[in-house]
Amino acid sequence: MSDPRELYQQVIIEHNKKPRNYGDLEGCTHQAHGLNPLCGDDIVLKVVVVDGIVQDIRFTGQGCAISKASSSLMTVNVKGKPVAEAELMVDQFRGMIRGTLDTAVDPNILGKLSLFQNVKNLPSRVKCAVLPWATLHSALHGEEIVSTE
Amino acid sequence: MTTTPTLTLDVARIRQDFPELSVPFHDKPLIYLDSAVSGLTPKAVVDRVSHYQSFEHTNVHRGVSTLSQEATDRFEEAREKVRAFINAPSAAQIIWTRGTTESINLVAQTFGRSKVGAGDEILLSAMEHHSNIVPWQLLAEEKGAKIRVIPMNDDGELILDDLESLLTERTRILGVTQVSNVLGTINPVKEIIRRAHAKGVPVLVDGAQGVPHLPVDVTDLDADFYAFSGHKLSGPTGIGVLYGRRELLEAMPPWQGGGSMILSVTWEKTTFCGLPTKFEAGTPAIAQAIGLGAAIDYIQGLGLARIAAHEHDLLAYATERCASVPGLRIIGQAKHKASVLSFVLDDIHPHDIGSILDHEGIVVRAGHHCAQPVMARFGIPATTRASFAYFNTREEIDALVSGILKVQEIFK
Repeated sequence: MSDPRELYQQVIIEHNKKPRNYGDLEGCTHQAHGLNPLCGDDIVLKVVVVDGIVQDIRFTGQGCAISKASSSLMTVNVKGKPVAEAELMVDQFRGMIRGTLDTAVDPNILGKLSLFQNVKNLPSRVKCAVLPWATLHSALHGEEIVSTE
Repeated sequence: MTTTPTLTLDVARIRQDFPELSVPFHDKPLIYLDSAVSGLTPKAVVDRVSHYQSFEHTNVHRGVSTLSQEATDRFEEAREKVRAFINAPSAAQIIWTRGTTESINLVAQTFGRSKVGAGDEILLSAMEHHSNIVPWQLLAEEKGAKIRVIPMNDDGELILDDLESLLTERTRILGVTQVSNVLGTINPVKEIIRRAHAKGVPVLVDGAQGVPHLPVDVTDLDADFYAFSGHKLSGPTGIGVLYGRRELLEAMPPWQGGGSMILSVTWEKTTFCGLPTKFEAGTPAIAQAIGLGAAIDYIQGLGLARIAAHEHDLLAYATERCASVPGLRIIGQAKHKASVLSFVLDDIHPHDIGSILDHEGIVVRAGHHCAQPVMARFGIPATTRASFAYFNTREEIDALVSGILKVQEIFK
């Protein structure tokens, strides 16, 4: 990373300060707990899926700006989408962070989420950005707890 | 102006002993403020390990070859250096382990397993590292024993007023850290040991953060067990020490079985060696032990009193500079502290602080520091921790403060 500001862009700082879809969600159909014990990122994700659509999604927990902003932006981006599309986003987000998907060249549906691509230059923080996505994947697949460490 | 050269370290010269400090880090000079996680290794130690491994190595305590005898001599000389360094009565009471964690597990699995039963109590302080909690929890679960905790105040000092009531007739051992790895608190272990002994309770001291900062005299402390790691003392990783009172060590059963630790083996019965070999099954970390001996020589060459004076100056300066940053709160404000400074900054997560400081070439630790109960006590998930060693300077602390201001600028 040439400058931390490339990662800590205003959008990330802003979503960290005012995370969207933050709070408990009653009557959820799916949920999972994402926990990175070494670093302390800890989120609980609850999802309401009706007729194959992510009708509602909320998260609670604590963590660094990267994990919190990633959680917030994820909920904004998958809410209202078909589950299959959310799953595709999980794969593409992971690909982007691993460096196997270049958002500038490869076709993708990540949109604004591509601002996390600089995380791949900061290996120690990859697990923070990916945690909410891994947690979403687990929730949709009936796994209770997940870690990206 | 008069100076007292005997009390001053020549830090500029000392820094030349550390190759790691001369390598650019993110195109900047490396500012290493993380000695509490692991000390940098001086060239003298690297060279000693390299020399041993290149020219002197074979297995120890085996065979009749001159080479084996000489390797054994070097290995045992290192043990004697440790003995003298912590003023133990005899080198037989210095047991090599992989580190503090293994030392504590050894005590829990031998002394603990033979002494702790159902309904018994293990007393620990509120500021222990996980390495002095989890081995005891495993034992307590196995035996149906209970863990009790000596509380601490908001400054990060143990509250010892009620120590006698916590030391009950069921207390089988008290475990306490000499210096907190998170808070920097120097605990009054000598007093704690005296009061525990008055109630007949033996004490294990976790010295991992103690030995790098304080002259340690296990005889004067009257400690029953004292554990520390080589790598926190500018030595290699993979080597540590358990000191124990002789009669306790002799009464304890062996822990791991294998080569080296036996007098004779038949299918019917094995007879074990005496101290310290009884607790040293298998081929030990020979080069690392010899490297730790070299680290002790290096530290003693600098002088522990001079190191303590220098680190105290750095801590006082860093505390004053950091306290002047609006939104920065120091966690751990004990009257007696070693050179460890933990803080929280506004509501910025320590990992974000750590990443931005890293980019500035500044290495600190961010996280729960393997002390989650301490984090819970202060109601925080994590801290950022700067720790200072004998090779650090005031200029590096100025750079830390500039880095902290940059973090605030990015997050404002």
